[in-house]
Amino acid sequence: MEVQDRHSANTNVMLEIHGLHAKVGDKEILKGIDLTVNAGEVHAVMGPNGSGKSTLAQVLAGNPAYEVTAGSVTYEGRDLLEMQPEERAQAGIFLAFQYPVEIPGVSNAYFFRAAYNEIRKARGEEEVDPLEFAGIMEQKLEVVEMDPAMLSRSVNAGFSGGEKKRNEILQMAVLEPKLAILDETDSGLDIDALRIVADGVNKLKRPDRATIVVTHYQRLLNYIVPDVVHVLANGRIVKSGGKELALELEEKGYDWITGGAPAGATA
Amino acid sequence: MTDAVAYVEQFRKFAASGGGGDDAPEWVRAMRSSALERFTQLGFPTTKNEDWHFTSVAPIAERQFVPLTAPSGDVRRTDLEPFLFAATERWPLAVFVNGRFAPELSHLEHLPAGVRVLPLARAWDEAPELARRIGTVARHDAQTFTALNAAFLHDGAVIHVAADRVAEHPIHLVFVTDRHAANGVSYPRNLVVAGANARATVIESYVGLGDASYFTNAVTEVVVDRGATLAHYKLQRESQNAYHVGTIETTQERDSHYVSFSLATGAALSRTNIGTVLGGEGCGATLNGLYMLDGAQHGDHQTRIEHAQPNTFSRELYKGVLDGESHGVFNGKVYVRPIAQKTDGKQTNNTLLLSERAQIDTKPQLEIFADDVKCTHGATVGRLDEVSLFYMKSRGIGADEARKLLTYAFAADVLETIENDLVRNGLEAMTLARFV
Ligand SMILES: Nc1ncnc2c1ncn2[C@@H]1O[C@H](COP(=O)(O)OP(=O)(O)OP(=O)(O)O)[C@@H](O)[C@H]1O
Ligand SMILES: [Mg+2]
Repeated sequence: MEVQDRHSANTNVMLEIHGLHAKVGDKEILKGIDLTVNAGEVHAVMGPNGSGKSTLAQVLAGNPAYEVTAGSVTYEGRDLLEMQPEERAQAGIFLAFQYPVEIPGVSNAYFFRAAYNEIRKARGEEEVDPLEFAGIMEQKLEVVEMDPAMLSRSVNAGFSGGEKKRNEILQMAVLEPKLAILDETDSGLDIDALRIVADGVNKLKRPDRATIVVTHYQRLLNYIVPDVVHVLANGRIVKSGGKELALELEEKGYDWITGGAPAGATA
Repeated sequence: MTDAVAYVEQFRKFAASGGGGDDAPEWVRAMRSSALERFTQLGFPTTKNEDWHFTSVAPIAERQFVPLTAPSGDVRRTDLEPFLFAATERWPLAVFVNGRFAPELSHLEHLPAGVRVLPLARAWDEAPELARRIGTVARHDAQTFTALNAAFLHDGAVIHVAADRVAEHPIHLVFVTDRHAANGVSYPRNLVVAGANARATVIESYVGLGDASYFTNAVTEVVVDRGATLAHYKLQRESQNAYHVGTIETTQERDSHYVSFSLATGAALSRTNIGTVLGGEGCGATLNGLYMLDGAQHGDHQTRIEHAQPNTFSRELYKGVLDGESHGVFNGKVYVRPIAQKTDGKQTNNTLLLSERAQIDTKPQLEIFADDVKCTHGATVGRLDEVSLFYMKSRGIGADEARKLLTYAFAADVLETIENDLVRNGLEAMTLARFV
């Protein structure tokens, strides 16, 4: 009920997904997703392994490996599915990958600055030179408590699992997206890192921004308090509720919602 | 064989004009004649020849390239700037235009003590004992193009670094073919001798100023004496319509280190041969290279490392980036003689294909006749990683920029092996700009 009200009352819709179907190869993974995210909100997406959470995140970011077969996605009034991945990023969408990609040979410093300048250009702002950018990075590095030495290393190459996740959050902090999608950024993090990630997200919080947090753990949601919690199972959102839903899931698991069907089972 | 006729005819004229206008000593004339004889016996190789299996030289054999005798005179210093790495006047620079030494474009004033750099056409008068070593390392009895070069040899650079001397700055040789050289051929011939315990860097740049179709057939002979370290970069940036065959033959004495880097981005058809003989205990060779081709370019690298004594090592890394319908060839021979125990060799060739139609033929060739050796080789051929591309795009980096960055990243590790900062930075910038 609460969810319904929120939808109709708020006119400041940022992201609207209707009947979204997506497949990879011959395999249908998303089977009709409906989801509305308003500016200023934090949404948590939970659900069993293989249910399609990362697929949803990747489709929103524009990964060409996934084919959208039906449905629509509107972001700030624009047809998101018509936009190239880089246009989406330039329009303020950011995905923190569940599995950040290693790019040997491209230095983090270069990568960060290239991304930062592209996004500034898209906003009609001046590019910054390496010196100026170093100053910006210095501040952001402090936020995520990362060693500046990692800037001279190749993007994610040889980073530990936790370092990769921090690097994602650092990117988010630098690029300051309007819509941040965090795909299990909390997995594999020690408790300090978890707090850092949460701080990073909370610092970004503004009435004109929104966050979608994909997670398996209620723990993160103690730090990043969601307005809405969704359960994604077998390619559909099968339940939505307030933050107490996360607690309930932690306690009871998913069976009571999914009716005991195996997580990834095809309908 | 019949294809050689045109070149023999050219030789007759060349010899009649006194070797294109020089007055070479008798021993040079004799070498030219015997080399021509050998060339006519060998003829141009066909693709039936194992070493030329993937590269047809028919376009060279069938064309009647005329030996270039004089520069047109319109090459300016500014034309060369893009190839000079923003180096200071302290870098000794020897420029050759259309195969002939161009003193007005060169500066050899700042040679450190014990370092000699002089044009071959002067060396045989001024430093005959040195010039006489021409033909002793790169012999013309086996290789057609070496024989052809020797038949027409007339100019090039002779470099000598005396024992225990360190040449602080790279010595840069620039072989430029000007805009009016269509259908011409030049035959640069160089000699580099690094004395015992000497250290030096020598750069050979082959560049074209226009888009003329010409032929360069260069041979460089290198001697790395006991304990010496020689870095030797060959940078081939000929006109996109040119033909280029460049051969480097090196001989190493004990405890010496030869560090070679070969870049090939120019020419319609290029073939680079680099061979070194590890002729003393404790010596090592590092042979690295990068080929970047596009359009219908064909670029072939043949390397030969001969471990002739015990306890020697070799490291080889060649990378290639092929776009369009280009065709790359890499053939890396490692030869270990029976006596060469404890040889330690490693060879790697990685090629990145940027288009469906680009093609690479890669062939490692290990011939090992000693039993206590460690030799490995590996070759990979791949495409740009889609996941990496998407990751970059998801950060707002455009498709072209992402492709460029990843391509650059692929080539980065081999470029990083270039020790000289200016050369490395220059080639890195060139690589970034190459695929846009
Ligand atoms: N490229 C692919 N090829 C084949 N199957 C895929 C591919 N990508 C995803 N899938 C399948 O789609 C289903 C959903 O995957 P997805 O990664 O979206 O799940 P998830 O909900 O994020 O799971 P987890 O909680 O384990 O991260 C899984 O069964 C997965 O194996
Ligand atoms: Mg996932």
